[in-house]
Amino acid sequence: MGFLDIDNATKSYGAVEVLHKVDISVEEGEFLVLVGPSGCGKSTLLNMIAGLEEITSGEIRIKDAVMNGVHPSKRNIAMVFQSYALYPNMSVGQNITFGLEMHGTPKDDREKALADVSKLLQIEQLLDRKPGQLSGGQRQRVAMGRALVRNPDVFLFDEPLSNLDAKLRVDMRTEIKKLHQKLGTTIVYVTHDQIEALTLSTRIAVMNGGYVQQLGTPKEIYDNPANLFVATFMGSPSMNLLDVKVRANGNAIFADTTNGAGEKVSLTFTNPSETLKSYDGTTITLGIRPEAITDPEGADHRSTHVEKVENTVTVTEPAGSDTFVTTTFGGKDCIARMRADTEAKAGQRVPFAINMEKAVAFDPKSEARIG
Amino acid sequence: MAVASSDTAIRTGRVTRTFLYLVLLLFALFYMLPLYVMLVNSVKPLSEITGGGMMSLPQTWTVEPWTKAWNTAQIGVESTGLAPYFWNSIKMVVPAVAISTILGALNGYVLTKWRFKYDTILFGLMLFACFIPFQMVLIPMATVLGKLGLAGTTTGLVLVHVVYGIGFSTLYFRNYYAAFPTELVRAAQIDGAGFFQIFWRILLPSSGPITVVCVIWQFTNIWNDFLFGASFAAGNAQPMTVALNNLVQSSTGVKEYNVHFAGAILAALPTLLVYIVAGRYFVRGLMAGSVKG
Ligand SMILES: Nc1ncnc2c1ncn2[C@@H]1O[C@H](COP(=O)(O)OP(=O)(O)OP(=O)(O)O)[C@@H](O)[C@H]1O
Ligand SMILES: [Mg+2]
Repeated sequence: MGFLDIDNATKSYGAVEVLHKVDISVEEGEFLVLVGPSGCGKSTLLNMIAGLEEITSGEIRIKDAVMNGVHPSKRNIAMVFQSYALYPNMSVGQNITFGLEMHGTPKDDREKALADVSKLLQIEQLLDRKPGQLSGGQRQRVAMGRALVRNPDVFLFDEPLSNLDAKLRVDMRTEIKKLHQKLGTTIVYVTHDQIEALTLSTRIAVMNGGYVQQLGTPKEIYDNPANLFVATFMGSPSMNLLDVKVRANGNAIFADTTNGAGEKVSLTFTNPSETLKSYDGTTITLGIRPEAITDPEGADHRSTHVEKVENTVTVTEPAGSDTFVTTTFGGKDCIARMRADTEAKAGQRVPFAINMEKAVAFDPKSEARIG
Repeated sequence: MAVASSDTAIRTGRVTRTFLYLVLLLFALFYMLPLYVMLVNSVKPLSEITGGGMMSLPQTWTVEPWTKAWNTAQIGVESTGLAPYFWNSIKMVVPAVAISTILGALNGYVLTKWRFKYDTILFGLMLFACFIPFQMVLIPMATVLGKLGLAGTTTGLVLVHVVYGIGFSTLYFRNYYAAFPTELVRAAQIDGAGFFQIFWRILLPSSGPITVVCVIWQFTNIWNDFLFGASFAAGNAQPMTVALNNLVQSSTGVKEYNVHFAGAILAALPTLLVYIVAGRYFVRGLMAGSVKG
């Protein structure tokens, strides 16, 4: 039993099922991020937790109390909307205390709560303004203030940063994280931005097409994706996917492919599983993240298994802190993340260091991880 | 919408511009002519009109036609002037406008923010009410008013106008609220506001422009209505429009055109006033849905 339990929750609009048996248990103080492409059902799930959408089947519980059919205002949750949803006719102060007023909190207590929250969010000087007179970042703060002031059990955020410009988005992201660390509240946060998901969360639920594809810590999701969807959705640039042929030789298992010059390349799997052995002779998808392919000097020294392969560079893209170098394996583009001052030039043949500890294998048909 | 520069995309020459203004002025004068005729003739003695000076300014100015129209003119069989009928109209138009606007706002709120099954069909049916010709409902309406015991009363007229007005007021508010962010309603729900609190505290304060549009529309329509007034209001409950007709149609004695003109202006005054006071908001409100910010 967690703090917030989503138990086999399903959502249908008419005959169309848009969420299929979602099962997530959130502990107190956790920061759960729901991430996935547009239309995958993130907002729908969040709205079901909030009570703004009915639950078609299954159960949602907060602190072990069943929430199905309970009015949003009686769930002790607070929500921050993508558009902030500040009441345009009320001042910032009234916006923040409206919920308390509706819940019958006496005026003195409201004033005190308002003072506390506006101090915490540094919006004291804005309290008399109307939302229309605020910048995007300030509106964002006010929206958070409105959520914080009620001291709810669970905070729900629906893409709260997507209306901000890039710089402000990074600042507010840090601020939300700080706030969570300071207050230790339970948060469910929706985003389609995988960086936001990785930086903020204590756990991530990656969703696609109404299914939770994988639920785990950011590290689990990033290093051990359960399937091709999760592997490619998380990470930027996304994971390289190479078609390789599995070849078993005694206890060692090799992934055979070719480099840009058409020469044979054999990579050895680290700690291959029995299941992988059964793929002997077939073609599978090998996933390697760009940062696991580097120049030999930049290779991870703690890794026990780095393979060196020579290959031809097709494109280099300096990105300030790193240089992304594109090459080909088995005819497919493969991006390596090299040091900023690498000397690799397009057309040259250079050594690549592949950290095989980080390589993951997928069944090309089922797209599931070969474990 | 503010344009920083007064430069137009295509430079209009001075000559064309002068010509344009002249034409516009001409049209304006043409449209103002009836008002001019009414005004000048309402302040001259009858003899000057019958003498053939319709267009000329009065030689002797007098307010007598106005006081007569208001206080003593013969309306039908009684010489009460228009005054009591003016108050009849006020007693009819104020509640009718208020009730139809409030109901329209509530309908718009429910139809956009509390969607239910078949709500679009219901809205379609209400819209239909806007297009039913008045003549068609006269007899059924008379029967209903009779059954309710409201035949011939001002209350009955209020009911008729409210029923007819709801279609339009619902249309206005529904379209306005359709553009109102639903997230605000959801936020208020989470904040614990109930059905009427959300309406009262969140939606209504932002409904100024559309309320003005709705009020002006209803006011002019109801004030100017003749058919319902003539059909459903008995003798001393008749509205201004019917009384004006009776004044003009009175067969006894000579036709006092100056009194008629004064009476007609009196009948048109309230709507004119509403336009002057709220006209700016009318245009703004009509644009509200289409242009944002
Ligand atoms: N009222 C509705 N009627 C029918 N289908 C709906 C309704 N609301 C949402 N859907 C469908 O449910 C699915 C999930 O929608 P949802 O809004 O949860 O997506 P999302 O993951 O939040 O996407 P985004 O990132 O674009 O916000 C979509 O396929 C959408 O078309
Ligand atoms: Mg969404």
